[in-house]
Amino acid sequence: MNKAKKGRAKVALSKPSEGASGLTGLWRLRRPVIDPAKCTKCHLCWLYCPEGAIARGADGAVWMIYEYCKGCGVCSEVCPSKSISLVKEG
Amino acid sequence: MIIATGNHAVSYGVRAARAEVIAAYPITPQTQIIEKLAELIQSGEMRAKYIRVESEHSAMSACIGAEACGARTFTATSSHGLAYMSEMVFWAGMGRFPIVMAVVNRTLAPPWSIWNEHTDMLALRDSGWIMMMCESAQEAHDTTVMAYRIAEDERVLQPVMFGLDAFSLSHTAENLELIDQEAADGFLPPLDPERLPVYMDPDNPVTFGNLLGPDKMMEFRHLIKEAFGRAKGVIEEAAKGLSKATGREQHGLIEDYRSSDAEVVILAMGASSGDCKDAVDILRDEGIKAGMVRVKTIRPFPGDEIAASVRRAKAVAIVDRDYSYGFGGIIGREAASYLSKKPLNYIAGIGGRDITVEDFRKIAEDALASAERGEPGIEKWWGMRGLEG
Repeated sequence: MNKAKKGRAKVALSKPSEGASGLTGLWRLRRPVIDPAKCTKCHLCWLYCPEGAIARGADGAVWMIYEYCKGCGVCSEVCPSKSISLVKEG
Repeated sequence: MIIATGNHAVSYGVRAARAEVIAAYPITPQTQIIEKLAELIQSGEMRAKYIRVESEHSAMSACIGAEACGARTFTATSSHGLAYMSEMVFWAGMGRFPIVMAVVNRTLAPPWSIWNEHTDMLALRDSGWIMMMCESAQEAHDTTVMAYRIAEDERVLQPVMFGLDAFSLSHTAENLELIDQEAADGFLPPLDPERLPVYMDPDNPVTFGNLLGPDKMMEFRHLIKEAFGRAKGVIEEAAKGLSKATGREQHGLIEDYRSSDAEVVILAMGASSGDCKDAVDILRDEGIKAGMVRVKTIRPFPGDEIAASVRRAKAVAIVDRDYSYGFGGIIGREAASYLSKKPLNYIAGIGGRDITVEDFRKIAEDALASAERGEPGIEKWWGMRGLEG
């Protein structure tokens, strides 16, 4: 929490940082799993993920950051090659 | 001296305050305020950005965004527009954005009505806004400038809304003395963005309005409570400062009219207070010691100031142009909690019905007679007519 500058009235502010809202991956009911054999590296999932919880490697491969992925399923829905499946969390 | 409606008086006040961003959506009877502002910007008489929005909810959202970027902002609305905006009204209040808003007080439907009532604004009295009510076009003009000074004061930093009665004030043309621009500039320094509680600085990015757990919420709310405590002094100071800058008497928390030796005091608010003063003068001529106290500021509520002004009166008549169903007149009930004697509460002018000089005269006489009969704390709906016809 940012204690505003001295002499300024205080309101609740937060600094943007990784995981500013905690480990939101704990909310997940369904886990998106990528099949690397089917993935065409189009990066639509990376673009659509509302939480920035999909990472890209130098080779174009994508992977899920499960600490923060809430399991919304948008990635699976937009994937043109149907290479992301949603697996029920245990 | 010019002739202007209460609405245009507000627009000229916004120009004098050098507001930089105006985001508003038109609604009867507020439309003239923003039409005139659009005209002043279009003609180059005023340097500001006018954002046309699709709703009042968006208008307040745009004001919050602009204020967070360090711009002095203004909006105006009324009744249903205010109700639609209300979620963002709380965001502005609890987020401590020193926005200024004019509310042209109008009855909420159903049945559909465009006429005057104060309940629209009073329904938002717990939203963290400083609230004021104007009596005349002149006061609406001056209060617009005063509102920025109060809102932006570093001891306060809360938004300010002020009310003007639909039609009887908003659309009635009166003599208006415009604030001299130099005097306005001397009274109201430019907004210092560095002082804003939320300032969106690209070099130092922050998120506002993020989730906050129960562990700290109370402490942030308590800071707002303290700001409202300090606001009373700031409001009186601003009224004094603006009196000096304009040469016109300005009122901060309350206006006291001939009440110091009065046996009966009417507590009034808004445009009809002018008629109430006439009634007081007539009663005085008839030998009845009458007086009036006008509520200029509703939040912070000037309960102690009202109590001090009416402490010697035999009877206190509180006229409410509003109602809290299942409770009573809003101002009447709030004021009563500060008074040692129970006042009489008159509910009048609901849905835009006139409250005339004669009504105020009769209310004062009725209150005095009731007090002499020893009937304290009565609520009366004044001038009821029945539903037939």
